[in-house]
Amino acid sequence: MTELPPAIRLESVSRQYTMGESVIRAVNDVSLTVSHGEFLALLGSSGSGKSTLLNLIAGLDRPSSGAVLAHGKNLSKMSSLELARYRRQTVGMVFQSFNLLPRMTLEENVELPLRLAEVDRSERAARVRDALQRVGLEKRIGHRPSELSGGEQQRSAIARALVNRPKILLADEPTGNLDSATGESILTLLREIQENPGMTIVMVTHERTLAERFANRLAVMGDGKLLSNGAAR
Amino acid sequence: MKLRDLSDLAFRNLREAVLRNSLTTLGVAVGVASLVAMLSLGVGLQQLATSRLAKSGLFDSIFVTPKTNLRGPGGGPPATRTPDAKARLLDADARAEISRMPNVIEVYPQIRFFTEVRYDGKPYATMVAGMPESSKASGAFDGMQGHFFSSPNADEAILQAEFAKELNPQTSSLIGKDLILRYAERQSLGAQGGDAAGSGGFSVVPKERHFQIIGVVETEPASGFGGFGSGRLLIPLPIAETLRAAQVNDLRDILRGDSSSDKPTYSSLTVRVKSPSLVEATEAKLKDLGFSAFSLLDASKSLRIFFSVFDLLLGIFGSLALAVATLGIINTLVMAILERRREIGVLKALGAADGDVKRLFFVEAGVMGLFGGIFGTLLGWLIGRSLTLGTNIYLHRQNLPGVDISSVPWWLVLLSILFAVGVSLAAGLYPASRAARLDPVQALRYE
Repeated sequence: MTELPPAIRLESVSRQYTMGESVIRAVNDVSLTVSHGEFLALLGSSGSGKSTLLNLIAGLDRPSSGAVLAHGKNLSKMSSLELARYRRQTVGMVFQSFNLLPRMTLEENVELPLRLAEVDRSERAARVRDALQRVGLEKRIGHRPSELSGGEQQRSAIARALVNRPKILLADEPTGNLDSATGESILTLLREIQENPGMTIVMVTHERTLAERFANRLAVMGDGKLLSNGAAR
Repeated sequence: MKLRDLSDLAFRNLREAVLRNSLTTLGVAVGVASLVAMLSLGVGLQQLATSRLAKSGLFDSIFVTPKTNLRGPGGGPPATRTPDAKARLLDADARAEISRMPNVIEVYPQIRFFTEVRYDGKPYATMVAGMPESSKASGAFDGMQGHFFSSPNADEAILQAEFAKELNPQTSSLIGKDLILRYAERQSLGAQGGDAAGSGGFSVVPKERHFQIIGVVETEPASGFGGFGSGRLLIPLPIAETLRAAQVNDLRDILRGDSSSDKPTYSSLTVRVKSPSLVEATEAKLKDLGFSAFSLLDASKSLRIFFSVFDLLLGIFGSLALAVATLGIINTLVMAILERRREIGVLKALGAADGDVKRLFFVEAGVMGLFGGIFGTLLGWLIGRSLTLGTNIYLHRQNLPGVDISSVPWWLVLLSILFAVGVSLAAGLYPASRAARLDPVQALRYE
């Protein structure tokens, strides 16, 4: 029987930027594998390269060298159109600042990925409702982001990330703008999502304690390099 | 993304910055309005000129003469002339034959003769012209004092204004009065020496006929088309024909020996066809029948060329405002990119392709163009109507009949809206491409 490729595999990935005459190596020769259904926390101080690595996995950026493979497909070799399709169908993203569109209601924000994926209009309402139910916000469906608390906004962002039923959930500092209790509830939700329906999660965070409690594995970065990579508990 | 979803998002985005987008749309509307107003004036003036000229009968008419006439008296004595194999006499038979030709709507002779008119016991010398019934629609009788002939066989006369002033400076008081036309009736003497086709000549008998003055008109339609100068006393053509008044060409006919026939012969006939486009073909057929034919078709072509250039220039001037409006669209959309940088990043992170972002900005530009086009066309039409209204108030004060100087035909409405949308899409090209090229990572970091 053929073995399934890992959910994510990074092979000697580097990403460098040129600023004037100096070259900044944001990610430097990182190799990492994330299995299906695994919850990986990427830890590190500011500027360690963890968000850049997450953007490479999300297909928002391309590596300067090396290969990023998601479910066996090399993102480096994809056209920008194929990368857009990958972001629509394979990954869901959650950001530190939620990034909900302020003029849209919760329903419209969550519906946005379905519009981009050209999902039939008749299906959309039910899928939006399911996603909001999953994060416990079905009663706030007609509210605008400004009418929600920080925790509720992040839950909405998670609902938006889940609505297209992705295989990988990428979260960039999802608790960074939340108090510790709300942050914990968000991570609890992510953990529940990891277990049911079963999803690979890569989360960037600098809160080691929370990461140790909720993630399966911790990968620590410093100066663009992978310093350590091991089980959380 | 599907077009409906793109449109939804575009409308939502436009509503978000409603003031700025409305002002930009208004800029497009003003540009389109200026274009529509200019072109509506061009089209209106062209229609006015064309309809006036069409009414005058100059451009749908062919002036027919017999070929023999055109040789002139220098052709030598009749006996020594070599007849043109195809040349024909322009008589009643020829007139009937021409009337039966396809697309011919009217055939009438030019009847003008110099004679004496007695009014209020005083004699006046003047030129009398027969007017066909169709001349009523020529436009020359619009705004006349009194009215046109009540019937083609009425003993009624219309005076040309200058001549009327000679009779009585208060021209309006002439209407309803009688005048006497004293003319020389031509009576054929018949053939001499048994030569039916020979030169019999005719006698001239003085006659009088009473006419009632029913109107006073500024100008005579198609005056001078036959080369006889303007008629100053106009009577119905059928009446003029029954008078059999001796005309200038009768003397010429005597010299040529063409005056013996009892059938009326004509020095010229005016042939009117259904439309100016049929003039050329009918003219050729008339020449084939053995007549000389002449039309003002070339002058009509020159008029069309003039108005095409005129419209083009008006269109260019009108487009200048629209060109300025396109800069407004570019500015608005570039501003929108700066403001919505983060939103573009989010859309890309959620899976929007570069093309989706590009199309979104395109649709926004197109919507502004569409609304600007619709509103601008309406505004342009209103400007045209206002100009017509102002012109008519001025003309009314000058005691002149009103005219429609602007016209917004359907093709202009459609073309203006399509042009506005097209120009707006072109203006959206650069901002849309710029938005599509945005790096999502940078865009997401933007505060």
